[in-house]
Amino acid sequence: MSSTTADAHAGGHGHGHDHPKHLAHHFETLEQQYGSGKLGIWTFLLTEVLFFSALFVAYTMYRAQYPEVFQFASQYLDTNLGAINTIVLLFSSLTVAWGVRNAMLGQHKMLCINLLLTLACAGGFMGIKYVEYSHKFHEGTLWGGHVDSIFKADPADISEDMKEHSHAWNGDGELVAVKDLDPVFRQRLGLFFAVYFCLTGLHGIHVLIGMILLTWLLLRAMKKEFGPDHFGAIDFGGLYWHLVDLIWIFLFPLLYLIS
Amino acid sequence: MNLSALLRAAAWLQQDGDYFFPVEASTNAGEVDRIYYFIFWVSAVSFALIVGATIYFAIKYRRTKVGMNPEDSPHHSTSIEIVWSVIPTLFMIVMFKWGFDDYVDRRTPPGDAYQVNVHSQKWSWSYSYDEGPETGMGWLGGEGEGLVVPVNVPIKLRIDSADVLHSFSVPAFRIKMDAVPGRYTYAWFEATKVGEYPVFCTEYCGTRHSRMLSKVQVLSQEDFDAWMKAQGNLADLPPVEAGQKLFQRKCASCHNMDGTKLIGPALNGLYGKEESLVGGAKVTVDDNYIRDSILEPSAQIVEGYPDAMTPFAGQLSEDEISWLITYIKSVK
Amino acid sequence: MTPSTNTLERTNYLNATKGFMSWFWTIDHKRLGLMYMWSVIAAFILGGFFALKIRMTLMPGAVDFANQTAEQMNAYNNAFTVHGAVMIFLVIIPSIPAALGNFVVPIMLGAKDVAFPRLNRFSYHLWIIGALLFTGTFFIGNLDTGWTFYPPYSTGSTDNTVILATLGAFILGFSSIFTGLNFIVTIHKMRPANMTWFRMPLFLWAIYATAVIQILATPVIGISLLLLLVEKTMSIGIFNPELGGDPVFFQHLFWFYSHPAVYIMILPGMGVMSELFATFSRKPIFGYKSIAMSSLAIALFSFIVWGHHMFLSGQSQLMSVIFSALTFSVAVPSAIKVFNWIATMYKGSVAFTTPMIYGMSIIWLFGIGGLTGLFLATLGTDVQFHDTYFVVAHFHYVMVGSALFGFIGGIYYWWPKMYGRMADNAMTKLAWLLAFIGFNLTFLPQFVGGSRGMPRRYAGYGTEAGYDSFNYWSTIGAMILAVGLTMALGTLIYSMFRGRKAPSNPWGGVTLEWQTPTPPPEHNFEIDAFPVGDPYDMNLCEYKGEEEGFLPVNPRADDPCVADVAIDPVYFEPESENAPA
Repeated sequence: MSSTTADAHAGGHGHGHDHPKHLAHHFETLEQQYGSGKLGIWTFLLTEVLFFSALFVAYTMYRAQYPEVFQFASQYLDTNLGAINTIVLLFSSLTVAWGVRNAMLGQHKMLCINLLLTLACAGGFMGIKYVEYSHKFHEGTLWGGHVDSIFKADPADISEDMKEHSHAWNGDGELVAVKDLDPVFRQRLGLFFAVYFCLTGLHGIHVLIGMILLTWLLLRAMKKEFGPDHFGAIDFGGLYWHLVDLIWIFLFPLLYLIS
Repeated sequence: MNLSALLRAAAWLQQDGDYFFPVEASTNAGEVDRIYYFIFWVSAVSFALIVGATIYFAIKYRRTKVGMNPEDSPHHSTSIEIVWSVIPTLFMIVMFKWGFDDYVDRRTPPGDAYQVNVHSQKWSWSYSYDEGPETGMGWLGGEGEGLVVPVNVPIKLRIDSADVLHSFSVPAFRIKMDAVPGRYTYAWFEATKVGEYPVFCTEYCGTRHSRMLSKVQVLSQEDFDAWMKAQGNLADLPPVEAGQKLFQRKCASCHNMDGTKLIGPALNGLYGKEESLVGGAKVTVDDNYIRDSILEPSAQIVEGYPDAMTPFAGQLSEDEISWLITYIKSVK
Repeated sequence: MTPSTNTLERTNYLNATKGFMSWFWTIDHKRLGLMYMWSVIAAFILGGFFALKIRMTLMPGAVDFANQTAEQMNAYNNAFTVHGAVMIFLVIIPSIPAALGNFVVPIMLGAKDVAFPRLNRFSYHLWIIGALLFTGTFFIGNLDTGWTFYPPYSTGSTDNTVILATLGAFILGFSSIFTGLNFIVTIHKMRPANMTWFRMPLFLWAIYATAVIQILATPVIGISLLLLLVEKTMSIGIFNPELGGDPVFFQHLFWFYSHPAVYIMILPGMGVMSELFATFSRKPIFGYKSIAMSSLAIALFSFIVWGHHMFLSGQSQLMSVIFSALTFSVAVPSAIKVFNWIATMYKGSVAFTTPMIYGMSIIWLFGIGGLTGLFLATLGTDVQFHDTYFVVAHFHYVMVGSALFGFIGGIYYWWPKMYGRMADNAMTKLAWLLAFIGFNLTFLPQFVGGSRGMPRRYAGYGTEAGYDSFNYWSTIGAMILAVGLTMALGTLIYSMFRGRKAPSNPWGGVTLEWQTPTPPPEHNFEIDAFPVGDPYDMNLCEYKGEEEGFLPVNPRADDPCVADVAIDPVYFEPESENAPA
């Protein structure tokens, strides 16, 4: 949240002391302003962690209760796409961190390039997510009762990669054909996908918010608004982006790598 | 007994218990009341002390002249802080331990407890026994027998819900436990006095939450045995009578048989009638319509009524459905 | 005669700029605080209307019990749902922090504004949006889930008002989070150089502890409501047993926030109490460090006790036992505070002003509220009292009797600073008396009704249940309470136009808000760098008569808050920073 750094503002105080261009009227010094912004963004990121926490608790709870269900259902997630997304986000964290350094050093052109690269990575991430989600909607591997469509479908309709998952370990540790899994097991599959869609969906919304934020920063950077004494917004926006990346780093192994 | 009489100094006896509580009608009730009175007197004394001190200081040290400064006095005192932290803590430890012991007792039924199953749905209770019989709601003086149990026998209740959260509460026994859909919860009690005791639902569950009332009938052992023998099975009754008993238990909390709307439509004279459904379709009531309405009510809602009925798919046997249809057909 | 430190006839933050947009789009924390205050009061009237509807329905004889229709029951269920949701989300949680906190905190710190003024404005606008969403439910259906929104009922066959209401609560949650975030950064970063942590007024400690809870707990209700929304609209299955989910999981998530939330409600009230007792005993608060530390302790312990709302939910015995033990831990710091306030009066110089009367009556009200919590923390008795009117009476004593009365006491206390007028007379005290008597009459009978088994959220009981006398007196009490509170509001509005003009320090406080003219200029202070010492060293100011109030003993020559210094008009020029964009 970078509303702390004021736009260029010429308001004097009537006190006769020098008021730096980027200093908001209610702060005494630039250090106080920057320090406040820093504490503010870290506090906000803490609230974001708690916001996601309930979903991680749901994941932990349901996985501890039904481990075989989670292991089986995880097969339906495309590990390759997930891995690509992980690398894309990690790279984008690098570019945004580099951008903060650019801002600190007044390297306007590099700052814009790095912000653009970060945006591109974010876009790429969302694109891959779109592919994954549309695949799921098509196959019918959704939450709640929808997942039952995997089992009710005419065998002729099941796609090639779905056919790979024709067997699974059931609750008693036996390997059985998918169509023979008991109804309770099948009902609980919906739980995995519910958690999957909630976690990745909420994360995706945060990526979109991040993209809006990055676009706004890019537009301001193009107007050369940032420099060695005024880079807070880039710094704080970058921190937000790092958190978005960090959350994905946890999501990926928890959801994709358990089978 | 003497200690509890002492603790209850402020109470007076009415026919149904003292001022604060209903009658103590179970083995555990007395303990709950004793814990209450302990906390009550500790609280009353504490309250008197703090309010008394406030009033006393306010008057004794009142500002007689505006802007008057007080004489000097200490601004803190570690020893006093310790004293007034430790003493309340000690009392709280006693409260906690006493409550904990009682709670563990009350959630651990004796091994030889006699089990009765409590079924909850929007908005009625029914009770089933392993020997077969089932009974319905029964508010004090109303129809249905309620939960019938023998006196002086530990009873274990297995509680379930067909739809949303409910909670089974018998204040006279000092017991209460939520009914959670998708699992069983348990409670137990041992009744000490023959009589009838109110049952309340104590977890909000919708429109008729306040009418989800029932009762516990505590009978002597001989009366209970006789009652159990007289129950027989629904299957032994003529289908119309079986259907009527089932109707009382499962349907009467929302459907009247006298033409008036309760929650759902009145069901007298239903068979053969033409119903207008939400969405404009019209349907003639036959066996299939009644059956579908019981199993999947949301599919066909009658115009002017809410989509509020609990689906009974998976909860009634084919026989039970058939008895209900027979009974409903019989009421003109 | 206008006191010399009163600026009503000059430029101050109230009249510096005019017009609707200069208020609606302001970033001035004082104006935002006032707008919050009036918005919260308006929401309180709405919630109070539903409270009266509840009590009127429960008046014995009001409803034909035997023939009560489904529509009547649904209307009742809607009344207690809206009453609870409005009072909790729109009134009590924002009340002291957003209204009084916003106004007072920067001035108490000698600062010009909070750390993020535009975020502050955004918080207020979010409150308005949340309020509109809640009130929108009146037009599309009958919200009747209870403010707790438990599934499966709330996600099942109830109508779509749940969607609108949970969205409203979700947005209000963000309003609360941003307010808390703002205060944390403000208190960390904008204290004057010599105001160390232990030289802060205790109101700031209370606001800080509250803000910690706001930022840690509120996101969890946010996600819980979001999940509930997704459950209702998309049948995601997380809370639905038919799809493998667990309805009790929602209760855990819900109470993880909602228990700390009650400390969001009470801690600021306790902060107000500390200020009142110090100022109106004219001596430092007794046990400053204890009170400061116990505020933080309450904030932290509040996170580990949520399961005491769920003793009977089917959770395991072990969990119930652990939560019961932990719940007692949060009672001790609260008790410590009460003892410290009383000790402050010892050998003090106690003034019976309206704010102090509210403060002293809170000892009675919080005493009952807190002590009755013990019955609920104790497992043995909680089984009997859970979901009965005993709980209802307990939480009203703490939420209304302590938090709301604290809010009202705080309003009366800082009213001279907000509007430059006094509101402390026979009428304000009579209003208090009616409210106090009415409140006790409303809720004391409910303890007994509850222990006798009277369940909550019932649209009626019928005479044979035996609860008529409790309901009768409770309703009479509610009517008296309504009269008292209406009168209190009336006295405040009256004072805005006809109240005696106030000096900058009518009560003799030495915290920084009393060192600036009243009403303050837009940027709060005209001189920089106050010497800051003990915030409760009452010897720093002395009484100069009713008109001039209290003035500093050693005034600075350039301090316009001293009667002998001519107030230079240039000090009160409207500054351009605060003009609308």
